[in-house]
Amino acid sequence: MSSIKIKKEVADKIEAICKSFNNDASELINVLHQTQDYLGYLPTEAQEVIAKHLNISPAKVFGVVSFYSFFSMVPKGKCPVAICLGTACYVRGAEKIVDAFSQRLNINVGETDKDGIFSLNTLRCVGACGLAPVALVNGQVYGRLVADDVKRIIEENKAKFGI
Amino acid sequence: MINVTIDKKALQVPEGTTILKAARMAGIDIPTLCYFELNGMNFENKPGGCRVCMVEVKGRRNLAPACATDVTEGMEVFTSSPRVLKARKTVIELILSDHPNDCLQCEKSGDCELQALATRMGIRRIPFNGEQSTYKIDSTLSVYRDMDKCVYCRRCETMCNKFQSAGALSGVNRGFPSVVGTSFSKPLGDTSCINCGQCVQVCPVGALTLVDNIQDVLNAIADPKKTVVVQTAPAVRVALGEEFGMKPGEIVTGKMAAGLRRLGFDKVFDTDWSADLTIMEEGTELLGRLTKALAGDKNVKLPMFTSCCPAWVSFYEKNFPDLLEYPSTAKSPQAMFGAVAKNFLATKMGVKREDMVVVSIMPCLAKKSELAREEFAVNGNRDVDFSLTTRELAHMLKQCNIDLTQLPEEDFDNPLGQSTGAGVIFGATGGVMEAALRTAYEVHCKKPLPRIDFEETRGLEGIKEATIDFDGFPLKIAIAYSLSNARKLMEEVRAGNPNGYHFIEVMACPGGCIGGAGQPYHHGDSDIIRKRMEATYREDAGKPIRKSHENPDIIAIYKEYYGEPCGHLSHEQLHTHYFNRQSTVEFEK
Repeated sequence: MSSIKIKKEVADKIEAICKSFNNDASELINVLHQTQDYLGYLPTEAQEVIAKHLNISPAKVFGVVSFYSFFSMVPKGKCPVAICLGTACYVRGAEKIVDAFSQRLNINVGETDKDGIFSLNTLRCVGACGLAPVALVNGQVYGRLVADDVKRIIEENKAKFGI
Repeated sequence: MINVTIDKKALQVPEGTTILKAARMAGIDIPTLCYFELNGMNFENKPGGCRVCMVEVKGRRNLAPACATDVTEGMEVFTSSPRVLKARKTVIELILSDHPNDCLQCEKSGDCELQALATRMGIRRIPFNGEQSTYKIDSTLSVYRDMDKCVYCRRCETMCNKFQSAGALSGVNRGFPSVVGTSFSKPLGDTSCINCGQCVQVCPVGALTLVDNIQDVLNAIADPKKTVVVQTAPAVRVALGEEFGMKPGEIVTGKMAAGLRRLGFDKVFDTDWSADLTIMEEGTELLGRLTKALAGDKNVKLPMFTSCCPAWVSFYEKNFPDLLEYPSTAKSPQAMFGAVAKNFLATKMGVKREDMVVVSIMPCLAKKSELAREEFAVNGNRDVDFSLTTRELAHMLKQCNIDLTQLPEEDFDNPLGQSTGAGVIFGATGGVMEAALRTAYEVHCKKPLPRIDFEETRGLEGIKEATIDFDGFPLKIAIAYSLSNARKLMEEVRAGNPNGYHFIEVMACPGGCIGGAGQPYHHGDSDIIRKRMEATYREDAGKPIRKSHENPDIIAIYKEYYGEPCGHLSHEQLHTHYFNRQSTVEFEK
């Protein structure tokens, strides 16, 4: 018999989220969104607890979490970095921007740095194609980027977090 | 009715018929890979994902998947036009480009549907050279997973969720890394998997196969210190012949016994015998519970569920821990046989427990896991040491140059070899119920049955219900196969048993053990399962004794050893208990 270990307050919050959707399995994606908003990511324990409340298998929940790139199973940093790889950004060199962030922060896409400050991700089209290539750093849009801008952006945001 | 023309052949089909089914009605066999159906058994996998069945429809710009496109009035379909053949070959080449080409070593070789497709389409080279999927090998005691070979047909996922409601598998990830996996990619053994093995039975390729124990058994036979005894389950004798080119439904009981003797087993026994023993124990337990309930005892748990099917046992331990007192405590026939062999028989033969090896031949993958239950062993020495499937027995015979078709008919050895028709029908859904009724009726009513065949317990309906007249007492019974059907009945019981059932039989596999995961692959031909069922009832009808309590060797063992059914010694050896195996939530401080 395996057991799922989770903090009581987290379990209670997830229970409340599920309840707000009437424990309806067809609301799984909404439940996952709210849980990720609350926790910053979707650890396996959270998915197991969601599965119990919605009366579906943990495999099904994991299937959905692993399918959508918006859901993450690793904790995001305090300052999430997301680079758009939509068509416009891509053809205007977004990949070079990804590489530059990856090198400067010393992490791969999908990872968080060891201090828990920066996490690096890619996304599809933020609707600012005119500014391509675009990065979203801590909720702020940076446009018309070239690789040399990356150092400045990182320093600027480090300062915001007092580093 | 709808008029349709397929390959210039005109026919009328009912509305809602797919191109694939219409073509089959016209005798045209469009190849498929992901599509899988068990006709009349409520199982269909139709993701429309593999694109092997693409056909050309006149007036339609792109090709259509035959499995997922309904025919429309006046539709003209071409299943083998140059455009179709080119596309179909390309699709297969693309699938093969991400599939290991180790056919020579693959367990599935000869039974692989992808291999058959490649052969049929004349694939001679794979022009695409791209990335290959790599996954860790994973295995339970029953199921072996090599997901490098997965073609993402999702048959296993549909089987696991829709048919069994076990929920161990799901499609995970997106794009190229898509695969059918477990929750958080855990080993299958750490999930809600119940080891029914039906994912293996429906896997078209070698991604899901069984855990092969042939060498373990060959080693035991070769060891001069060991006395190796074998038991064969009821459903094996009506399916083994298929592996040797015989028609489905041919009964090979005598040839199988001869084959096992040629393989070198010291004693060749029959699980049908211990099925008779199971009926004595389970039937007595049922009558005991009924008597108490009728006397007003409110603590008696009814309905009683059967407990022969180890996938079902695992299922209620993982999903219904609040109802663990409902199933019969009787062990399965495999486990009962092991207990009798290592206790009673070993002593009788003058063999030490440690020197006796008990092998079972089962239609089942779950039996490989059942034998490892800790409570089915004494000081770590298991009651049943190895379980082979029907397919493994066929492989073993072939390895040892034994052609089943050429063998004479031989009898089982005694005293654990003689069985009745009641033991035989354990192999089909409803069989355990019928066998139990034959005995329970005569024991309870103290008079012979007016008719021995219970037609109401037979057939391939997913859930059957009936009321049997027990000399004025209306005994309400239900029979289910597939654990999604069993789940419905369990939920009814949890809700207070509104239908007032007294006794419920559950088997996990399609049609019962005859459709077990260890049986020869049926590749979706449910007629094969029907033929095995007919053979089962034919074998029963031909038996001189058809009621478990009339089996002379069963009567003798109670006289000589166990005393009485559900007595002290049988409780010790022939009954068991169940555990809560559901995952629980614990709070961290």
